[in-house]
Amino acid sequence: MDVSVIANEIKRGDLLDMYYYLRLTRSLEDRISALYRQGRIVGGVYTSHGMEAIAVGYASALRPDDVIAPFHRDMGAFLIRGFSPGEIIAQYLGKQGGPTKGKDGNVHMGDLKRGMIGFVSHLADNMPVAAGAALAFKIRGESRVAFAGTGDGGTSRGDFHEAMNFAAVRRLPVVFFCTNNQYAYSTPVRYQMAITDVVERAKAYGMPGEIVDGNDVAAVYLASKRAIAKARAGEGPTFLECKTMRMHGHSEHDAAKYVPRELLEEWKTKDPILRAERLVTQLGYGDASYFREVGERAKKEVDAGAEFAEQSPLPEGRETLVGVFATEDEVHP
Amino acid sequence: MTTATLTQEVTYLDAISQALDEEMSRDERVFLMGEDIGAYGGAFKVTEGFLKKYGEWRVLDTPLSESGFVGAAIGAAMMGLRPVVEMQFADFISCAFDQITEVAAKNHYRWGAAVPLVIRAPFGGGVHGGPFHSECPEGWFFHSPGLKIVAPSTPYDAKGLLKAAIRDPNPVLYFEHKFLYRRIKATLPQEDYIVPLGKAEVKRPGRDVSLITYGAMVHLALEAAELLVKEGIDLEVVDLRTLIPLDKETIYASVRKTSKVILLHEDNKTGGIGAEISALLAEDCFDCLDGPILRIAPPDTPVPFSTPLEEFFLPKVSDIVAGAKKLAAY
Repeated sequence: MDVSVIANEIKRGDLLDMYYYLRLTRSLEDRISALYRQGRIVGGVYTSHGMEAIAVGYASALRPDDVIAPFHRDMGAFLIRGFSPGEIIAQYLGKQGGPTKGKDGNVHMGDLKRGMIGFVSHLADNMPVAAGAALAFKIRGESRVAFAGTGDGGTSRGDFHEAMNFAAVRRLPVVFFCTNNQYAYSTPVRYQMAITDVVERAKAYGMPGEIVDGNDVAAVYLASKRAIAKARAGEGPTFLECKTMRMHGHSEHDAAKYVPRELLEEWKTKDPILRAERLVTQLGYGDASYFREVGERAKKEVDAGAEFAEQSPLPEGRETLVGVFATEDEVHP
Repeated sequence: MTTATLTQEVTYLDAISQALDEEMSRDERVFLMGEDIGAYGGAFKVTEGFLKKYGEWRVLDTPLSESGFVGAAIGAAMMGLRPVVEMQFADFISCAFDQITEVAAKNHYRWGAAVPLVIRAPFGGGVHGGPFHSECPEGWFFHSPGLKIVAPSTPYDAKGLLKAAIRDPNPVLYFEHKFLYRRIKATLPQEDYIVPLGKAEVKRPGRDVSLITYGAMVHLALEAAELLVKEGIDLEVVDLRTLIPLDKETIYASVRKTSKVILLHEDNKTGGIGAEISALLAEDCFDCLDGPILRIAPPDTPVPFSTPLEEFFLPKVSDIVAGAKKLAAY
């Protein structure tokens, strides 16, 4: 993307914030992966390694009162919405300090007060849910927007199509995105669909779509801004296909030997953090020492988070029985 | 029943319409979604005239996509609205199974998000609907923590339970029986009332045998009770009204009184509500039982279409009479 366009369209502070969140995401997830290798974390660890620009880009483009139904590789969105590294590590450790207090693990967390809809493993399940959030905004005449994503594999599910169709029919203020990271667990896109670009699916629903360079945080941010502005203006939903590459296994237990090494080598050079650093340098907003400083700041926050999570107690076994049903005071206003 | 001025008799179906209308007037957060509920007024005309009165953003005709619109209702509920979704037939709820059991039922437990959602599902046989328009799918959901389930048998309960369901902060599956829609009538109180969720009702007190049931089977049981009087058997009929939360107190009190129990339902026998209540009674009331726990329920087949087949399939008054006589002999 033309650097002068970015200079005009993205505020310096916003771009530097995004760079910081890229670093914080990487630093946090690297720590979580390390904890996994030490046997400290049970269950899945699904990282956004090499894909951090997508969540950081779109979450930065939203207003705080908009809602997000994230894909499971959208750690940056949680951080931007104010989930602290401590809360997140506690969530992975099944501690009380995590947002779900041990009821669920890893990226399966949410908080309506911070506009985050809890991730459901059944991919694309939250796409109709996000359409429904957008429906509520439309019914009440609010200018809020819902932003919801899934992966390339998730677009094979019926809920993806039912959500796309319903949102388009009712012109709902929702933006759907697909993190096309080329593999759904071990299944490459060519066994998932008979098309090359997921964005083609949008046409069938009468919905505008756009292919976005998912490793370029500025591109994701600007494409999201455009789609969000349209949704807010009552012009209906948009579909964004963010092309990227999953650089780790499906979960950290998975060595991903089914992915050709050359493909990973190629995408290593497109790393979103390197890309952002190049951009920041070109714009004259920062240099190597600045990058080092931001990296240290991120690491410090993650260190403090790890400390918080260590100190956080495990839940009592009997907490299992709490919370199956809601009480009236818990209904979101 | 209250002592309020009584209006003219209304059907079970009218009672459901009244509940929806009154809740929509009372609370602007309440809105409806479903197939053909707008201009057509719903397959059974429950929402006739609603589109004109409330407009297309409170009475939404949806695409043919149960999973999609239940998911959307969950999203709207989490944003503070009170959606009431109509399944055209309860059978089609299978398309939305995942959204109901994995999203609606688990959201509050997992991450604290309340989902105040009602799904109305016209269920049951006796209307020549065949395998796809007669099912009683409540058993599938009875096993899923996080859902409440109601199944009214009278116009009074149909209205009061629906209002309570709409005001509840949890996902509630409301099974309304198609066979009862226009077959039973009652006069209802004019003023606002609810029937609280989780409360069974002794429909007919009796000394000898308890019969525990819900939905259209309540009427079959009451008919059998009258015949049994001639046999010298006093049948107590308990209408569960709510399946979850299950009113164990009322069930146990009845069984402790009579020491004999029949569990009657229209859902298939295996793994049905009766199986669970039977196990509860074996666990908690074993010492007071004077005979075997008897289940009367359809065989484990789909609901067949042709009249003699469906008649064979559905429980009959004679089954109840025979069952009660058998138990009374202990």
